[in-house]
Amino acid sequence: MEAMLNRTLNISTSPHITKGSSTDVIMQNVVWALIPVALFAVYSFGMSAFLVIATSVISAVLTEHFLCRISKQESTIGDWSAVITGLLLGLTLPPNFPLWMAFVGGMIAIGLGKFIFGGLGYNVFNPALVGRAVLQAAFPVAITTWFPAFGEGRFTSVSVSTFTAPFMEPAVDGFTGATPLSAFKFDNVTADSMELALGQITGSTGETCALLIILGGIYLAARKMMDWKIPVAILATVFALSGILYLVDSQAYPSPVFMLFSGGLMLGAVFMATDMVASPMTTLGVVVYGAIIGLLTVVIRIWGGLPEGVMYAILLANAISPHIDKMIRPRVYGTTKKKASA
Amino acid sequence: MSDQSVKKGESGFLATLKGSPSTDEFIKGLWKDNPVFVQVLGMCPVLAVSNTAINALAMGLATTFVMLMSNILVSSLRNFIPKQVRIASYILIIATFVTITDYMIAFISVELHKALGAFISLIVVNCLILSRAEAFASKNTIGKSILDALGMGVGFTFALFCLGAVREILGNGTFFDMAILPGSFQEWIVMILPAGGFFTLAIWLLIFNAAKAKKATA
Repeated sequence: MEAMLNRTLNISTSPHITKGSSTDVIMQNVVWALIPVALFAVYSFGMSAFLVIATSVISAVLTEHFLCRISKQESTIGDWSAVITGLLLGLTLPPNFPLWMAFVGGMIAIGLGKFIFGGLGYNVFNPALVGRAVLQAAFPVAITTWFPAFGEGRFTSVSVSTFTAPFMEPAVDGFTGATPLSAFKFDNVTADSMELALGQITGSTGETCALLIILGGIYLAARKMMDWKIPVAILATVFALSGILYLVDSQAYPSPVFMLFSGGLMLGAVFMATDMVASPMTTLGVVVYGAIIGLLTVVIRIWGGLPEGVMYAILLANAISPHIDKMIRPRVYGTTKKKASA
Repeated sequence: MSDQSVKKGESGFLATLKGSPSTDEFIKGLWKDNPVFVQVLGMCPVLAVSNTAINALAMGLATTFVMLMSNILVSSLRNFIPKQVRIASYILIIATFVTITDYMIAFISVELHKALGAFISLIVVNCLILSRAEAFASKNTIGKSILDALGMGVGFTFALFCLGAVREILGNGTFFDMAILPGSFQEWIVMILPAGGFFTLAIWLLIFNAAKAKKATA
């Protein structure tokens, strides 16, 4: 009795049961899911790809740390979100991208994409895509100069443009390849589906091997760290729309399988559109959001001026996701639906 | 104001200059009430024609000229213009001087006239000029109105030049059409595109606000 009275009572508010999945645990798992994709990028493109990815990660983390310091806050690099931003940015850049541009991209991604809005949890857009969009607008030539995969000596030497001096124009490689999407857009040549799925093609460092990206996505979805409905909605929309177009005219439009596995669609759908902050909250909202991304991707790829449209599709959908949330509100438990005429 | 400057140990001409109300009218446009960085007025020309330093300077000077002349005329007619039709009258006065400026720029340089395009005519609807006419010139003497227009004009030109210089150097590698960076410099294409105008303006606003906040706390 004495012992019971002396025991301090712990009074706390709900939730009483926690799963221990805090921000940094989720973020770390996303990094683990991205590691195979990054490793494959290094395997297929060699040293240059490794340097690009490493530079953008270092740049993102340093920028986050530095901005926290000058705004007199505790450094937030411990939550791993800056690592993901850097990693995703690096994976969307061409493997022969000049390192100084990758560094600038990392700074813009964190500074303009995340910190200006108030840091993690307040970013309106996916930070990595903000970084890439600015790079695309600033250096349109460098970001569309591709490097062939599985080149000879890719582990011992780097691309001539990798070590371009800061603020200088990169030298043009003698052997630049076209991505499957640009080959289709400008020369009407489609690539083999198997090659696309297994990453035997050229493109941005991390977008080539669709299979590893899907595996990473399944891992995250199984651990409930990612909303699987978003990629499914995006991919289903792209498949359905391009399927209809393919049935109408199989000469002019690419096959739906080609559309799914080419370009940055897989990487964007699985790892970027699923940004927890910038995507809607309700189930129906998520489906609408995914459908909008899919629709915009198909429209930009087929009728737009650019070969690839996933980045702009996701950024635009990010911009309207608060409006989706506003329009689609779940019914409050215990209330009836309000009549529209009232 | 005059007490403060005397306290700081300044004397003679400088102290009278700093303390006099007429210099205040001029100085306020440069820093405290800078039309672009503080009042954020006239954003259309600021964003649209600040892609090169020369365009920015020309637009700034043209706006200054129109503002000066309209301030003089509005101020001298302030007792004759009926209250009900004052805005229409101000616009008429401003439009007159914009037309003069339009022909003057075409006379000085056809190229510059082409580069500025419709934005010369659009000076008419620059809210900065109308706001100075309505808020200042219609209530103050001609002398004060001249100083006000000059201060605001110089402040506006300075701000446009800040944007134009950064955008031209980064976006084109040149300054007043002269190559100042090595030939292999990588141009930031976005800087001469409209998006670059927003970026540069935002960065300058950030710098100015940070400087102001620092001054306020110090």
